[in-house]
Order: sequence, then structure tokens, then C-alpha cells
Amino acid sequence: MTARDPDQQNDARLTGLDAGSQPAPRPNRTIGGGKDDGTLIEDPGKRAPLVLGDRSFGDVTDIVCGYAEAPMPKPWLAMFTITSTIAALGTGMILYLIITGVGVWGLNNQVDWAWDITNFVFWIGIGHAGTLISAILCLLKQNWRTAVNRSAEAMTIFAVVCAGIFPGVHVGRVWFAWMLFPIPNSNAIWPNFRSPLLWDVFAVSTYATVSLLFWYMGMIPDVATLRDRAQLRLNRGLSRPFAIPMPVGKDIVVPFLPRPDTLRALIYGFASLGWRFSSRHWHRYEKAYLMLAGISTPLVLSVHSIVSFDFATSILPGWHTTIFPPYFVAGAVFGGFAMVLLLLIPIRAILPNFSDLLTLRHLENMAKIILVTGTMVGFAYSMEFFIAWYGANQFEFEAFANNRVNPNVAPYWWAYWTMIICNVVFPQLFWMRAMRQNPVVIWIVALAVTIGMWFERFVIIVTSLHRAFIPGEWHMFFPTWVDILTFVGSCGIFATLFLLFLKFLPVFAIAEVKVVMPQSHTSDDH
Amino acid sequence: MSAMTNLISGIADYAPMLVRKPAPKFVSREGNRIYGIVAEFGETPAVYKAAQAVRDAGYRRWDVHSPFPVHGMEEAMGMKTTKLPLIAGGAAICGVLFAIFLQWITSGVLYPMVTQGKPYAAWEPFLPITFELGVLFTAFACLFGMLALNGLPRFHHPLFSHERFYRVSNDRFMIAIEAEDANFDPDKTRALLEQAGGDHITIIEEED
Repeated sequence: MTARDPDQQNDARLTGLDAGSQPAPRPNRTIGGGKDDGTLIEDPGKRAPLVLGDRSFGDVTDIVCGYAEAPMPKPWLAMFTITSTIAALGTGMILYLIITGVGVWGLNNQVDWAWDITNFVFWIGIGHAGTLISAILCLLKQNWRTAVNRSAEAMTIFAVVCAGIFPGVHVGRVWFAWMLFPIPNSNAIWPNFRSPLLWDVFAVSTYATVSLLFWYMGMIPDVATLRDRAQLRLNRGLSRPFAIPMPVGKDIVVPFLPRPDTLRALIYGFASLGWRFSSRHWHRYEKAYLMLAGISTPLVLSVHSIVSFDFATSILPGWHTTIFPPYFVAGAVFGGFAMVLLLLIPIRAILPNFSDLLTLRHLENMAKIILVTGTMVGFAYSMEFFIAWYGANQFEFEAFANNRVNPNVAPYWWAYWTMIICNVVFPQLFWMRAMRQNPVVIWIVALAVTIGMWFERFVIIVTSLHRAFIPGEWHMFFPTWVDILTFVGSCGIFATLFLLFLKFLPVFAIAEVKVVMPQSHTSDDH
Repeated sequence: MSAMTNLISGIADYAPMLVRKPAPKFVSREGNRIYGIVAEFGETPAVYKAAQAVRDAGYRRWDVHSPFPVHGMEEAMGMKTTKLPLIAGGAAICGVLFAIFLQWITSGVLYPMVTQGKPYAAWEPFLPITFELGVLFTAFACLFGMLALNGLPRFHHPLFSHERFYRVSNDRFMIAIEAEDANFDPDKTRALLEQAGGDHITIIEEED
């Protein structure tokens, strides 16, 4: 490498940034293929590199910030148009439900929880991977988490947003939803603190708040980096004028509006709270991060346990089991990691430089977690069934054998077997090294797991409810078009929020990635 | 510098309309107050060694600015461990007590309601919410306690007037020694930073 004046180098880089440019991609990168990118070392004496391509600190900053600062790419705009339309459709369905009443859903006297609560548990379960990655893997000193924690935490928050919609609107008269909270009111009525449904209100709202604080705190230094870059470009006259993005053709430049960098310096500047990268600040920041990780670890385990209490504390066969809390937590981690992989593998292919920060090793590690938690979930399924038989409770045994498993008599046998195939059979592919090192295979398994986890909640909720103790209570559940479009709409809301995150915020934890690079060591002998 | 002057100076940083800053020790030719002196470093080991040198020279009001938390910098700078865990612990106790009080007063006193024939104020069903509120209060204390101890948000700072400081968020390291430090001397401090291997050594002025 030729020695250059760092000033010149910096100027050149900033000039290149005008078009949202990136450092040159590595020539030998592997996208989509199953080939080794240099991180799949099996020698336990060697540590796989976490950042590839001989990247410097500056390169990492440029890679992550470059995408956030580039003009809106056309594929992003196209995707955003589609997902925001679906999100609007979902919002319309919610409005329709509020205006008309819960009768627009397929709920009936017997099956009074169906898609709404299925979707709620599905989304809240997906929301568990983010905090698991940032908290538990932080305590276990798993350095590879730095590449995925930011996007996983973002995904967590968006999933909790989607989850929050369903219990909010399924109460029927949503203008009474405030009664869920202990608010002094003129009727002198207080909520019942002995009800697991109220525990759920506290667990989910605490989880949403703590995840948001965790996410925001992690982002303060990285947002400060974006602020500084915007300010530098403004100082040097390198910033672009405001342009209205067009799906086709050239963007329309509007010279009299404030420049994007002016807005960035303001908004990112406000959000980063004047962070100065001071070591005295870093010291307290790291302490606060560690403590947040410490309290989030039991929190993440408690939230899905409490969600499972909604079911387990009832006397309904199929719900009334003690295995639910650990089984729900394992399932949540399982489904959450699947969603992380489902989102990150395409991003890695579309934005090539991200594959330097998010290596095949990262994907393999997550595939291993999918395998472990998938096997735990499979064990829980069989243990549930075993106890139904061994416990000698006729109703419980019937709920499993004749309401779920047996295709001849159980109406929802297809849901049960979809769940088993997707959640138990598919992850077993990861016993084979070639399978868990191939991003395409991982993506397909992740998709299967996501489908399977939705069916798991459907099986638990609907098949237990649709046949209770006496045949007079039996009733089938059929979703209406509003049910279906509300769920599709919630996926749209999730995808829209995630796309906004990809475009406007640092997708990787820049400062944390720099910590795990060899250049960050304080002694020369590395 | 006495504790009182320090306090007044600290208040003036955030609320200049309330108090005037004490008279500066050093002013520039233009009459501006001198904030301090900064030196840049390009590599982690270099700034680590320089920090040890500044610590050993007996400076107290100084800081190392780095794009990421440098491992072991607390020791190299001679920093004391933060009191943040105490704040968080206090908040956790407050959260737990608040949750117990809220549940006991509503379920046991204000609105007793027969549920499955259980005692009104049995403690067992109160555990989940007690835990959740304890966590919630701790999390708020962690973030806002960290910000408060760091003196953030503070959108205006003399260092932001130095353009090269913006590169700290990318890949450069910077040591800043404040003029308010008892040991500060424009020539000696500059010599120390030069000796430690810093470049682009600059005096930062405050604009009043």
C-alpha cells in the first residue's frame, strides 16, 4: 500500500460518497453459493475472522453508512411501494374491524381466539431473537453477534409492533383498551392482577420498551457517525441537493428544499444526543449495556413464559400443561432466528459489501441455533403427547390423538402435520455441514420454520378450542377475508418498517464491529 | 480549581443564561477562552500508550475520544469505576416496591374481587408483574443514568468546532486535555502530546 496523506484519503472517500459509493467489493466474494469465504475454519485452534476483505475502520464506516446515505435505490423504492401498499391494506382492515365489530372475523362462540391470537403469539415469538442475540450472546461473549444484533433488534421491535396490534383490536371495543392498564378511573374499577392476561399486558409492554431502549442505546454512537459525516460533507460543499425519488428515470431535483445532509445533521444530531465518543462516556456506556443485557436475559425468557400462561393456566385440554413456558421460549427463539435469516440472507446478496461483515460463519452459527432449538421444540411436541397419554386424562389424550394427529378423525390434521414437517423435519438438514453452509438451503429452511411456527400457534389455539369437553360445543373455524388480509397486512407493516430501517439507520453496529476487528487491539503483537 | 468553581463552570456549560463561567486561565490572541489542546492518533496501540503517558503526567481533566470503546482504556486513563450499577440497583428496588404496592393496594384494598376463591392479596400471582416492573425501572435507569452521568444530551461542545474531531467517529483517535486542568500549560502539554506521538496538535478555542 502506498502511503497517502490521511487528509487526501479522507477527502477522496468523502467525494466518492457523493453518490452513496462503497469501498471496492472483494473480488473473490461468494454470494448465494455454498463456497467457503474463509470463515468456515474447523480448526479449533484458529479463530475465524469476523470481518473479511482486509477492511480498515474507515471501510466499515463507509460500508454501513454508504447504504444509509445513498440516494434511494430503485429496487428499494419498488419494494417499498409494494410493502407500504400492503401495510395500508392491513391498516384498512383494522379500521374496518373497529368500525364494524369483531364479527367481521371468523370467530364464533366456541373458537373465540383464532387468527388474531395466533398472529399475536407468532409475532411476539419472532420478536425474541433480537434481544436474545443482543443480551444472551453478549453475556456469553459471542463476538459474532456484532454483525447481526442491530438488524435483529430492529426486527424485534417491528415484530412487537405487529404483535401489539392484535390483542389491541381483538378486544372488540378498542376505545376501552385503556382498561387493560391500572389507571384510576371514575368507576373505581381496577384490573385483575391475578389474571395471566394482565401479566401479559405488563410483560409485552415492558419487553417492547426495554427492547426499544436497548436498540436506541446501541445506536447512539452509530447515529453520531452518520451525523458527523453529514456535517463534514456540508462543511466541504459535497452534499447533494434534495431530490424526489422516482421509481423510473431520473430523480427530480428540488433546489429550494433543504439538502438531505442538512436534515441528517439535524435529525441524526438530535438522536445522537451530542455523543462525543469520549472514553469516559464509553466506560459508562459499556457498563449500562452490560447491565441491560443482564436484565434483558431473564426478561426475554419471562415474556414468552407469560404469554404461555395465557393458555397454560386455563383448564382446556391441549392448553393445560406445565411444559408450555420452556416450550414457548424455545419456539420463540427458533422462530425468531428463522426470521433473522429470512431477512438477512437476501440483504447479504443484494448489498454485496455486507457479506464482508456478515460472513458464512455467521449464517452457520445461526443455522446451528435453529437446529438446537428446532430439536428442543420437537422434543416438546413429543413430550406433550407422551404426557397426554401417560397422564391418563382422557380429554387431554383425545385433544392430541383425535383432534390433531389422526388424519381420519381430526379436521385440522393438515395443520398439525405441516407444523411437524416444517419445525421438526426441516431443521434436521443442518446436521449436514454442506447444508448449513449453503445460504440458499438456510433460507429455504428458515422459510419453512417461519411457516411452521405460525402453524404451531394455530394448532395450539384453534385445535384445542374447536373441540372442548362435550360434542355440543364443537365448532369449526373458518377465517374470513378480513382475517386473512389483516395478517397479510401485518406482514406488510413489518416489511415496511424493516425497509425504512435498512435505508435510514446503520444496519450494522459500526462501533461494535470495530471492536472485534484485529486493529482494535491495544498491543502491536496481533 | 475548587469544587465550587467546577460546579459553576459545569452549570454554565448547560445553562449559560443562569451563571457566568469563571474567568478563564488562558485566552487566545483574539480573546477567546481556551478549551484545551487536542492531539490525533491513527492506531489503537499508539493512543493507548499516549493515554498512559498523559495519566502518568498527572492530568485529571482530559479525555480520549475513540470510534469504539478501546479495551483496557479505563486502566490506561486511570478512571474510577462508574457508580451506574448503584443507580440501576436503586431503580430495581423502586420498581419492585412500586409493583408490590400497586398490586396490593388495588387487589387487596381498593377493589377486592373474588377470583377462584383465592385470598385477595396473595403474593404468588403478583410475582410476574413485580419482576417485569423491576426490569422496566432498571432499564430506564441504565439508559438515563448513563446519559446523566455522561452529561448528555449536550448538543454544543467546544470540540465540535474543530473539524478534524468529526473523524473520531470514523477511524481516528484523539486525546483532549482541558485548559482547566491544574497541570495544563500550553507549551508543556503540547510537548507531552508530541512526545507521545500525537499529530495535528491544535489548541481549541471556545466561542463565547
